Amino acid sequence: MSEEEDDIILSELPDDELVQQMFDDLYDGLKEEIEEGVNILLERGWEPYRILTEALVGGMTIVGNDFRDGILFVPEVLLAANAMKGGMAILKPLLAETGAPRVGKMVIGTVKGDIHDIGKNLVSMMMEGAGFEVVDLGINNAVESYLEALETEGPDILGMSALLTTTMPYMKVVIDTLVEKGLRDDYIVLVGGAPLNEEFGKAIGADAYCRDAAVAVETAKEFMARKHNQMAAG
Amino acid sequence: MTNALSRLLADRDWLLADGATGTNLFNMGLSSGDAPELWNVDEPAKIRALYRGAVEAGSDLFLTNTFGGNASRLKLHDAQGRVRELNRVGAELAREVADAAGRPVVVAGSVGPTGDIMEPMGSLTYDAAVEMFHEQAEGLKEGGVDVLWVETISAPEEFKAAAEAFRRAGMPWCGTMSFDTAGRTMMGVTSSDMVDLVAKLDHQPLAFGANCGVGASDLLRTVLGFSARGTETPLISKGNAGIPKYHDGHIHYDGTPELMADYACLARDCGATIIGGCCGTTPEHLKAMRAALESRPRGERPTLETIAAALGGFSSASDGTGEDAANAPARPRRRRRS
Repeated sequence: MSEEEDDIILSELPDDELVQQMFDDLYDGLKEEIEEGVNILLERGWEPYRILTEALVGGMTIVGNDFRDGILFVPEVLLAANAMKGGMAILKPLLAETGAPRVGKMVIGTVKGDIHDIGKNLVSMMMEGAGFEVVDLGINNAVESYLEALETEGPDILGMSALLTTTMPYMKVVIDTLVEKGLRDDYIVLVGGAPLNEEFGKAIGADAYCRDAAVAVETAKEFMARKHNQMAAG
Repeated sequence: MTNALSRLLADRDWLLADGATGTNLFNMGLSSGDAPELWNVDEPAKIRALYRGAVEAGSDLFLTNTFGGNASRLKLHDAQGRVRELNRVGAELAREVADAAGRPVVVAGSVGPTGDIMEPMGSLTYDAAVEMFHEQAEGLKEGGVDVLWVETISAPEEFKAAAEAFRRAGMPWCGTMSFDTAGRTMMGVTSSDMVDLVAKLDHQPLAFGANCGVGASDLLRTVLGFSARGTETPLISKGNAGIPKYHDGHIHYDGTPELMADYACLARDCGATIIGGCCGTTPEHLKAMRAALESRPRGERPTLETIAAALGGFSSASDGTGEDAANAPARPRRRRRS
């Protein structure tokens, strides 16, 4: 912007400053800079998993917090998520090779009868931004399509979205079917969408209602932590 | 140049708009997921009944059943090739009902969002959005609407694209945005931002305002925000009938006709000229709103406390305008490249 601000040469920054700069670049949605930063850290011998958690997820956490607090809005978050995606594209194959631990996996989709997807897409992006693997089933999902994805993908979390008051009750149909088949406790069920509220989430038997994408990420992390603790204890 | 709406606005100091389209169609048996616009052709009797419901309840203006009638939305039902037809027929049915009312009733051609995210965050270009809205506008014009009416918009670029499309169609128009995220639109637009946005448009609307969003209280806070920013253009207030609540497997809005009557009068006191409902607002609600607007005197501009006491609390502590905007926390910035 101003004259006195020199161009920063990412490769000349020491690790800690580079990571700080990547936080800023994520915040500003600068995809190419993020890709460059990831490549530099790889060259310096960072483990892919460390780059993911310390540089990318760390930066997206700031974005998520500011979104939650009403400082950033959807446009900025979409740009940040897009920059994150650039970095992830480089890391993804390497993470698989190195057998890095998985943060968690989510199957998400808008329920039957509902063709809205902006909110759901935002949750997907923020979840990916937090290091989760996300399988997006798209819009208008019948219970069968959720069940099939749960079986083939084996996620930790099932996410359901609805924008219409006429479609939100369908979430209960899905949850009831899971209960009926004895599968309910195998998954963390998170629900969201403009007309929903916490009371509704409880009434239909979801684990939690998530007000927005940032809350969805926090809630997912919290439930994953509990799940890991239980596994450790059991 | 005058039109049915500008004439009514010149004669009257408030107008009653309509209520919900979706909610009322679902009550008539529309299944979730089906495109309501297809009913313009497949179930014209039900669409006429929908329109008549608003007119008989006393609406001075009602919207056509064409909210999702743009190519991007209709594509989800593989009906993207029927934009012109579905909009024209939806407008023709409305024209028929309005002309039979025996008093001036304005037909407003509803244009909803494309559902796509615009560049650079998303893939929809400004030009493509203008083209899509223009195609729909021509269909509505052909069907005989008095004005075009873009609603439930959250992105400023999309609002501008609609204004440009309506200019190309040579039609007068109105427009509302939906303030559903802590008093802002999903894309972060505040009520005062919208006033500034509208002021810069080449093709000025006859009226602008807010629709849908969270509850009736939030909507009135937004209207207060518009008038505080200052505008000579008439303001539109179309709020939901309360908040959706879940009871035994179905949803109903908790706003009673009495509450919506209070909302209508408060909306007028807040500075709105065109007052109606949105989701959950049935003809019952509209009748109560009409009766209240006719019988109750105007009051002073209400405070936020008065609104909350009458209609319930707000969904967020602030709406990003006034002092809140100046005090917005900013993240300490490092250097950045230009």
